[in-house]
Amino acid sequence: MTTRIFGSGIRRREDPRLITGRASYTDDIKLPGMVHAAILRSPYAHATITSIDTSEAAGQPGVIAVYTGEDTDGVLNGLPCAWLIPNSDLKTPDHPAIAKDKVRYVGDAVAVVVAESRYQAEDALEFISVEYEPHDAVLNPKEATQDGAPQLHDDVPNNVAFTWAVAGGDAEAAFADADVTVSDTITLQRLIANPMEPRSAIAQWVSQTGDLTLWSTSQNPHIARFLTSVVTGVGEHKIRVIAPEVGGGFGSKIPFYADEAIAAFCSMQLGVPVKWTETRSENYLITTQGRDHIEEVEMAATSDGKITGLRTTVYAGLGAYLSTASPGVPTILHGLMYSGSYDIPNISGTVYGVFNNGTPVDAYRGAGRPEATMLIERLVDLMAAKLGMDAVEFRRMNLIPKFENGHDVATGLTYDSGDYHATLDICLNAADYSALREKQAKLREQGRYMGIGVSTYVEICGLGPSQVAGAVGFQGGLWESAIVRFHPTGKVNVMVGSSPHGQGEETTFAQIVAHEVGVDVDDVEIIHGDTDLTPMGWGTYGSRTTAVSGAAVTLATRKIKEKSKALAAHLLEAAAEDIEYEDGKFFVRGSPDQAKTIQDIALMANVAWDMPEGMEPGLEASAFYDPPNFTYPFGAHLAVVEVDPATGEIDLQKYYAVDDCGPQINPMIVEGQVHGGVVQGVGPALWEGVVYDDDGQLLTGTMLDYALPRADGFPDIHVQSNVTPSPHHPLGLKGVGEAGTIASTPTVYNAVMDALRPLGVTRIDMPFTPEKVWRAINSAQNGA
Amino acid sequence: MFPAQTEYHRPNSVTEAVDLLASNEGAKVLAGGHSLIPLMKLRLVAPTVLVDIGRIEALKGIEATDGGLSIGALTTQATIAASDLVNERAPLLAEAAGMVGDPAVRNRGTIGGNISHSDPASDLPAVLTALGATLKVTGKGGDRSVGASDFATGLLENILGEDEILTSVSVSSIPSGAGSAYVKFAHPASRYAVIGVAAIVGVSDGRCSSASVVVGGVETTPTRASSVESALLGSDLSDEALDKAAAAVAGDFQGDAMSDIFASAEYRQAVAAVYVRRALAAAVSRAG
Ligand SMILES: Cc1cc2nc3c(=O)[nH]c(=O)nc-3n(C[C@H](O)[C@H](O)[C@H](O)COP(=O)(O)OP(=O)(O)OC[C@H]3O[C@@H](n4cnc5c(N)ncnc54)[C@H](O)[C@@H]3O)c2cc1C
Repeated sequence: MTTRIFGSGIRRREDPRLITGRASYTDDIKLPGMVHAAILRSPYAHATITSIDTSEAAGQPGVIAVYTGEDTDGVLNGLPCAWLIPNSDLKTPDHPAIAKDKVRYVGDAVAVVVAESRYQAEDALEFISVEYEPHDAVLNPKEATQDGAPQLHDDVPNNVAFTWAVAGGDAEAAFADADVTVSDTITLQRLIANPMEPRSAIAQWVSQTGDLTLWSTSQNPHIARFLTSVVTGVGEHKIRVIAPEVGGGFGSKIPFYADEAIAAFCSMQLGVPVKWTETRSENYLITTQGRDHIEEVEMAATSDGKITGLRTTVYAGLGAYLSTASPGVPTILHGLMYSGSYDIPNISGTVYGVFNNGTPVDAYRGAGRPEATMLIERLVDLMAAKLGMDAVEFRRMNLIPKFENGHDVATGLTYDSGDYHATLDICLNAADYSALREKQAKLREQGRYMGIGVSTYVEICGLGPSQVAGAVGFQGGLWESAIVRFHPTGKVNVMVGSSPHGQGEETTFAQIVAHEVGVDVDDVEIIHGDTDLTPMGWGTYGSRTTAVSGAAVTLATRKIKEKSKALAAHLLEAAAEDIEYEDGKFFVRGSPDQAKTIQDIALMANVAWDMPEGMEPGLEASAFYDPPNFTYPFGAHLAVVEVDPATGEIDLQKYYAVDDCGPQINPMIVEGQVHGGVVQGVGPALWEGVVYDDDGQLLTGTMLDYALPRADGFPDIHVQSNVTPSPHHPLGLKGVGEAGTIASTPTVYNAVMDALRPLGVTRIDMPFTPEKVWRAINSAQNGA
Repeated sequence: MFPAQTEYHRPNSVTEAVDLLASNEGAKVLAGGHSLIPLMKLRLVAPTVLVDIGRIEALKGIEATDGGLSIGALTTQATIAASDLVNERAPLLAEAAGMVGDPAVRNRGTIGGNISHSDPASDLPAVLTALGATLKVTGKGGDRSVGASDFATGLLENILGEDEILTSVSVSSIPSGAGSAYVKFAHPASRYAVIGVAAIVGVSDGRCSSASVVVGGVETTPTRASSVESALLGSDLSDEALDKAAAAVAGDFQGDAMSDIFASAEYRQAVAAVYVRRALAAAVSRAG
């Protein structure tokens, strides 16, 4: 029956249009009179622009206009950073949409050509002559802070955009008193998000009305409207942002980019719609990347295996400019998570946010939490090895015991609920951990190198309480809203401010409504992604759409139910207290056969022929949900690998993921999210990574060199779950969008290092390409 | 990705195609497009004229010949991988064609394009060299035949003249009783060969009677592993003999091994021995 729809793995209604190519993306949209922009990009990572001559380009066939940075003076404001972390001395150097005197990464916009066709615009780019005076570039975020390193921004000494610290307990004392300490340096290389759909923008300025419409591949159209207003000066009430079908984002479509500002600028200059769509090569150069951490970390413990302290110094590369949310990612979303799933009483961490001559870095699936989980789980493995303990036993001794309503960790967060031992046990049982260890011992005798890697994780999701958002410098709120509207026929539209782009909320939100008021799930349609059609919301990222927007949908639907009850009482001539509800029917207690269905109620409310005194017509409700706390999903993953020491090749043989995201609206979608996340997290351990040369040229500029994970690199991913509801969410939900990505990188990292332990290998930088593994083995064997 | 402007022609015969090439400077042949079009999109090449030979039926198909096969230049890698005739007479060619890129690439990419592009990381040149294939080339001046090992002259360079088209590839069947294999270390991103080893090993009376071993991917053109071949010839093909023969490949590289961000020259050469060993084991196991 309909009530069972919650928890049912029904198929995603999004999929038929997506997998048959019938979905309509921004680049599919063609407006009358629309013209096309192509952007000239800096070939240098760091240079002064000494002259630009656009005259020849302006005369090329089809060219309508050519603009440089100077043309935007007094018209476009700089691109804002929207996460101004406090107590950090954050510097926010100017970030013009089109560079004026200096370029700071390969891909920085230098000029734009608008032409009748994109081909003509691209051809004309070749006729713009720019003279540059190149400077040295710096990419390594630690080297960038050293004296004498190339300086990106005049007003940012040593390229340090901010210094941020987290402390809890007394880490100094913990290390001074420690029986045992371990340390490591971990590099989390830059990653390219690689959504299937590259970014695209169409700006349409109507000068007669002063209306600006922006079609944009955004994960958060309401934020995009706000930032478009900041950059163009057009009032928010005159801006409409539409995110049509958006083909994935993984965080890279959160920021507001120069390109959108440029499209808006061109349309406002020319009075015609202007389209810009990035090529895949441009995507690799300019769309925000993830990670870029150098982490110098250490852990203290007692000799009997209790962790007593954790210390970190992290150099987080930010790229050439601050992107929309970049300062918050390596700090709030990273440093506050240093306790992981463990009881670590003393923690101290310092994060340097560092400008370097690369593409700006911002949130990428997991955003800060994979970088935290990585260092914790790596140190836990190293400590277990040093203490001569099994890595799993050591974890068990330090995991936070089960809690149902709040647990404080040293970084100041209060986790909502957790049962970390349970997910670990389920995972170990599924994998048959002790049998794996026995097999490993046997293979080692035969000279074969099998490795078993385990990682637990806890993540901070459901961002978040708006008061906290304000306290941590996020320049916005983090609540969500929803409108649930019943039509006379009992069909339902739900308008949400969040903006799903592949996650499946068109299905799961309909399941929530069906579950709450007993309508058929197919009678509910979810509308999102258009600021004119939907109420305010802060967008889809940080595993927050179900956790926050889903709560707003739940609460709005509950208001519908309350009103329906009152109307049913009136129609059944009973007191509201005597009305019961079951499966979409309202009836007087004891007389279920005399019921009013939700459809009856919807009809009456809409025609309003017979309403109780004082009740407004219509059946529509809205709710604003500001979460009282974050949610903290968690889990345990295990991987088995075998390394071929002759070539360094790694065979990923088994993968087990056990995640607890609270109750599951749709287990199939949860499994899909975990699958995708696991794959995306294994990528950087084994294959993926951005490589720049010393001059800041991107060497992994196409998919010929940038190795994305592929299906044939994976065994079956064994997915299981446990259910620990969040105590504060109306449905107990926590969110699952990033989970897989967070645990899988350290899981595979630990597995490979476990395989190589008998060979004496202690560290390798990710990704573990065969040659790096082969070299590490050779140098360990040669005693180097 | 927006290539520069180009003029497009679709001739219906080889003669017409050759005429177009001869009369247009900077013209390029377009076959499956899976090497050429990516380069055009990146504007790394910008041919003034494209001569699309894709509809010339005479260039397609696989035929049995006396003692071997003739394969039209336009035959796709997928067709070759699935062909019974190829699997029977030159099984390592079918095996290698089936390892090219992914299904979409194999469905479009042609054997002629694969060879004519002379990419050192391509799979088919090494295999055709091991098979001692003959390549037929047609130009203004008529037809000529070139041995596969003489075709490529360097990185993306070969003996084709501006007006010439590769029309077909002839290979002899592998010796009866021989086993063959193509073993590949695929680049994780491109799927091209970082190392590709083609081996054909003849066995008679438990000893190696013939050996042809060629390594692709390491140097700019396929490397004939003569030291490996001589170590194999007459050996008893025991594990030890194969170990020894495979290790000998180090002596076959001419010192122009390639290096990139994924695999250095040193690594390629060292690991080539492991892949040669694997190819020999597979070939020997299939002999008989
Ligand atoms: C994603 C991807 C992965 C790939 N992976 C592999 C791989 O693993 N192994 C591998 O070997 N290859 C790989 N390739 C290359 C693929 O096999 C190409 O299809 C092949 O190399 C070129 O064949 P084509 O028919 O597509 O030629 P085209 O791209 O049309 O042409 C290539 C070049 O050859 C010339 N040319 C083509 N045909 C003739 C002819 N008959 N006579 C004269 N000149 C000619 C063209 O002018 C051009 O210079 C991959 C390609 C892609 C896109």
